[in-house]
Amino acid sequence: MSTRSLSKGCFVFKPSPKKRKVSRTTAYYFREGSSDLEDSELRFATCQSLQKQVKSETEQIEEELNEQLFDNLVSFLRRSHSAFQEKKTEWTCRTKSREIPTAALVLGVNVTDHDFTFRSLSEVLQNNVTPYIALLEAKDCPGIKNLMQKLLGQLMNCCIDVDSSEEEDYEHVSRSRVRCSMTTLINWYESATKRTDSETPGKKRTSSRHWQSPPVVVIFKDMESFTTKVLQDFVVISSQHIGEFPLVLIFGIATSPMIIHSLLPHSVSSLLCIELFQSLSCKDHLSTIIDKILLTTQFPLKLSEKVLQVLINIFLYHDFSVQNFIKGFQLCIVEHFHSNPLSVLCCQLEEAKRRVNSLSHNQCENVRRLPSFRRYVESQVSEKQIALLTVDSSLKEAVQKLLEDLNVYHENYFPILRCLHVFTSSLPKYPLGKQIRELHCACLENRVWETEEYESSLQLARMLNKSDLVTMLQKCVEILVSSPGREFDEIVEKLKEFLTQFQKLEEAYQERDESISPQKELQKKTNLYHLQKTLLELKESRRSKKLTKFEMLRFEVVDYIDSLVRHYLVPADHKTLHEIVYFNTASVLREHLNAAPRIALHTALNNPYSYLKAFSTVVTAAEGPTADAASSDQVDDVIHARFIRAVSELELLGFIKPSKQKTDHVARLTWGGC
Amino acid sequence: MSLAECRSAGALEVKFVPDEDVLRHIADDAGIKVQKGKNQLIANPKRFVKKLEAISDDEAQEVLEEKSYVAVLGVCGEESMTNGSSVGGGEVYTFQTPKRSNKMAELASELAQTPGQSAVPDPSKCPEKTAKTPQSSKRSSSSQVQQKTKKNEFVSTTPYRLRKRLAAPDAQLESESEYSASCSEEEEGEEAQKEVSTVLSHQKTPAKTKAVSTPPSRKTLTKKKDNMNDLVEEYFEAHSSSKVLTSDRTLQKLRRKRLNQFLEEINCLNVAELQQTLHDLLQKSPLAYAAEIKELNQQYESLFSKWMLQLHLGFNIVLYGLGSKHDLLEKFRTSMLQDCVHLVVNGYFPSITVKSVLNSITEEVLDHIGTFRSPLDQLEFIMKRFKEDSSLELYVLIHNLDSQMLRGERSQQILAQLSSLPSIYLIASIDHINAPLMWDQAKQSLYNWLWYETTTFSPYVEETSYENSLLVQQSGSLALSSLTHVLRSLTPNARGIFRLLAQYQLENKDNASYPGLSFQDFYQQCREAFLVNSDLTLRAQLTEFRDHKLIRTKRGADGVEYLLIPVDDSTLSDFLEKEDEDI
Repeated sequence: MSTRSLSKGCFVFKPSPKKRKVSRTTAYYFREGSSDLEDSELRFATCQSLQKQVKSETEQIEEELNEQLFDNLVSFLRRSHSAFQEKKTEWTCRTKSREIPTAALVLGVNVTDHDFTFRSLSEVLQNNVTPYIALLEAKDCPGIKNLMQKLLGQLMNCCIDVDSSEEEDYEHVSRSRVRCSMTTLINWYESATKRTDSETPGKKRTSSRHWQSPPVVVIFKDMESFTTKVLQDFVVISSQHIGEFPLVLIFGIATSPMIIHSLLPHSVSSLLCIELFQSLSCKDHLSTIIDKILLTTQFPLKLSEKVLQVLINIFLYHDFSVQNFIKGFQLCIVEHFHSNPLSVLCCQLEEAKRRVNSLSHNQCENVRRLPSFRRYVESQVSEKQIALLTVDSSLKEAVQKLLEDLNVYHENYFPILRCLHVFTSSLPKYPLGKQIRELHCACLENRVWETEEYESSLQLARMLNKSDLVTMLQKCVEILVSSPGREFDEIVEKLKEFLTQFQKLEEAYQERDESISPQKELQKKTNLYHLQKTLLELKESRRSKKLTKFEMLRFEVVDYIDSLVRHYLVPADHKTLHEIVYFNTASVLREHLNAAPRIALHTALNNPYSYLKAFSTVVTAAEGPTADAASSDQVDDVIHARFIRAVSELELLGFIKPSKQKTDHVARLTWGGC
Repeated sequence: MSLAECRSAGALEVKFVPDEDVLRHIADDAGIKVQKGKNQLIANPKRFVKKLEAISDDEAQEVLEEKSYVAVLGVCGEESMTNGSSVGGGEVYTFQTPKRSNKMAELASELAQTPGQSAVPDPSKCPEKTAKTPQSSKRSSSSQVQQKTKKNEFVSTTPYRLRKRLAAPDAQLESESEYSASCSEEEEGEEAQKEVSTVLSHQKTPAKTKAVSTPPSRKTLTKKKDNMNDLVEEYFEAHSSSKVLTSDRTLQKLRRKRLNQFLEEINCLNVAELQQTLHDLLQKSPLAYAAEIKELNQQYESLFSKWMLQLHLGFNIVLYGLGSKHDLLEKFRTSMLQDCVHLVVNGYFPSITVKSVLNSITEEVLDHIGTFRSPLDQLEFIMKRFKEDSSLELYVLIHNLDSQMLRGERSQQILAQLSSLPSIYLIASIDHINAPLMWDQAKQSLYNWLWYETTTFSPYVEETSYENSLLVQQSGSLALSSLTHVLRSLTPNARGIFRLLAQYQLENKDNASYPGLSFQDFYQQCREAFLVNSDLTLRAQLTEFRDHKLIRTKRGADGVEYLLIPVDDSTLSDFLEKEDEDI
């Protein structure tokens, strides 16, 4: 069956049922597309499990991050709800107050992340507060009618979820689609709550986690995109009925809370009793994610500096979306396992050691081909070299050891990185970056201690005052103690020693008697000659002045930190076998996530292609330089057809468009068009 | 140019000109990179000399400046073409003004000619051109002079032809009255620029021939700085001229005979057949670099299973890059999707809608009978079904996701939501240069794209094969033939009605804001001509016209219905002539 037709543009292809066997699994395609067939099943399984792990981990992190916000929201709901309960009893109040309790939820510009937040919010509310939740999006609600329809649909459906046994209720819902008004909503609410109140105890169990006469929560996911009129109408209408059922609104706001007032006139916004809630900024969010996912030994796969840089740049310069960042990370996982046959070893250490034993000969060859491994081989003695290059078993042994080393390296790397970050993040102007991710990138890129920034930050660190220094050391001790690294006992000891020395210094300082300062002496002199002399002496003495004890200690501390950095923060690509756990083809990532179609067009068109087309007249002229005037009217058919096609192609690509003013004229659209 | 400027130039001359510049002048003819500042200095004596030589008439000087400004533009145009791939698009394709096309044509004709031939662009080959706005101006004259005089100091830069023109400007204008001013300026520009590029020459013919042989890279080197300044001015230049004059010639004039010939030969009424002819014609001309293109395609084909993998992992794939991706996707379909349920959407199909996409999913994939009140409902239904039944899988291939019909916000929203379903796998191609602008953050995250560059260089055969392609649709002859064909099948009364409308429209062809003929007036006229007896019959007639797309109705601001024939005036008059002949 062809997909070319003059009468339709959609073609459905359905394989005959008997032909439609079990569709190929994802693993099949993984195997098919993979460059090297070695261990593809195992790789795929590892990849999947890692992806799953990352997913659940990120979700958990997000939940934790949102917890505070949700708690605040729930307590807000509780407050407004209790107010309603009171009001219900006081009939006089009921007619007076028509304010709808409203929570303005400022979520930031990373709109794509909001979906997840709202989903978990509604889950939380559903579990703890009320079954009656409606999530509204602007694109579904072009008019107030659609909005009401959507609202009722969602509310009544969730009612069915609660007691789905009643068939008649279902009919009721379908009937009510016809008339969607506030009155139906109220009637529905009354009947729904009444029913749950009069339920048998057995049924009550389901609704017991909800409050009595639970509030109806309406969430506007993207408040800014709603049309003013719809919002206004809804607010005004529902404020008329606020006394009859407990309604709470939640506005999701991406920009600033001021938007409520610019969207709604005062007469409407005065009907709302707004309380503001601020979610965590997306940058903090990202920092947490990086901290928990990338800067741990928990996940075997690591990102190289360039890849991380690409992901962070996409985040910072394009969308601020944490979800996209995670998606990028997921893509890294897939790409790594897909393209690298040795990625089979990219798992937890014990498992990896086991897998090393079962490596095939081909895979051993793959290991031998790794640049980092070759460097390692070259550094060995010759007998060892031969063994490594020819005997698989000795290679496997070496690989096991090297993997262990790599693991130890990571175990040490991250805590020391954090310690260094403690120091650098408090320096003025942040020569090594404010965020730990910047420091991480710097360390991955090359030997950080060779950089100018590191030099200047050490210098700045040598000027820190004592109290700062002490708190930093204490923080470092905390970090090191809580980390699983095995070699840290010594370091912790040393740091503690520094701390006690500082302590002693303080005591010593207090006891120290004050000698007459040279400045005081200076004041005594009145003679100009003497003054000059003393000043010169003073200068001399300052040059050779002995450092105070504190300064010496400070130098010692900084030097010690420096030595730690030099020892532990070696860039990963200096490590043998780093290719196995580091994903470093940043270009792939950039190409697929941050593509530049225009550039592609440019480069493609920079070929002689376009000129060939544009100058197709040249072709004819060249072929027949004597082309006479008579034939200029009758252009060659082929040339003509080519010209027509070229023009239509240009139009398709969006370079030109037909101008409406004149027949057969086109206007240029891109690249300096008028 | 003000006298003061000249004077100050003179002062500078004494100080700086001698050694190095003379030296440079003598020593290098092959173009050392000349600094801008120095240029200025060199320029000055030059100007002084020129002043002595030709200053007698201030006005003549003005003209000179104006014309040589155009020379600078010409230089830039030339440069932009030569300076290759390293620079971004903005610089590569600085088509500053529409007269660029003239340049291309000229260049084309030049290239086609053998170098030995006289290189003077034949004025008769240069059709009507863009009028320069009069203020094309003195402001950048200084920079122009710098460029011009870089090499040939002490010799008049005034090109031979220019001087000739200066001598008798009026005569020149008269003799070329057929063309707008810019035409000659343009030539001059090119001329002057070429003279810059060659050494010392004020005779134009040798200059021409040499220009062909000089390496183009030199120009780019020397003029980069000036270029920047000029670019700014040129920008405003280009945007200030609100009225761009273009040729009144239409393709139709050129083609009338030919397409009529076509039509008679194959008696083709429908576009498809015409396209077929077009296609056949193109088949004859072999595709250049076929082997390389094939290799390129094979590279992309090796990605197929990777695509499948990524589709399965929840990503969707979008292909971009120059060249038709239709065949590539088609190959993907035949090689990978034979055993799966899949849907192919030809986005370039002129009457495709999201509705039809959704319909084919609900009706053919899900076997659902029944209608939906809105696409949103339909979408909801589809999403629900796919969520309920995890065994359902659907691959969707969309050729040209960015086509006219699908690029709307609502369509994209719906497609994005569809694609966000885990069991719907979308692979699509885009071609339009601004296609990514269709998607905001929200849609992009729904689509969850992975981008693949697949530059195929193959011609857009399928994509441009429907009638929305520019030239075929607009060719008046086609419209004319369909007009006559349709009208022949109508009653004489109906034809009379149509004639009335056509005549009225032609009478008003000079009125730019002609809204069309209002229904009431039209009815009145038809009654007077005894063509209809009630407005009901007229309405019935009009419906028929409308069904054949012979007329278009639109409502004016006052709510009155206006009738229009959506055919250009020349076609319409042709049609009336033909009708007259028939009668």
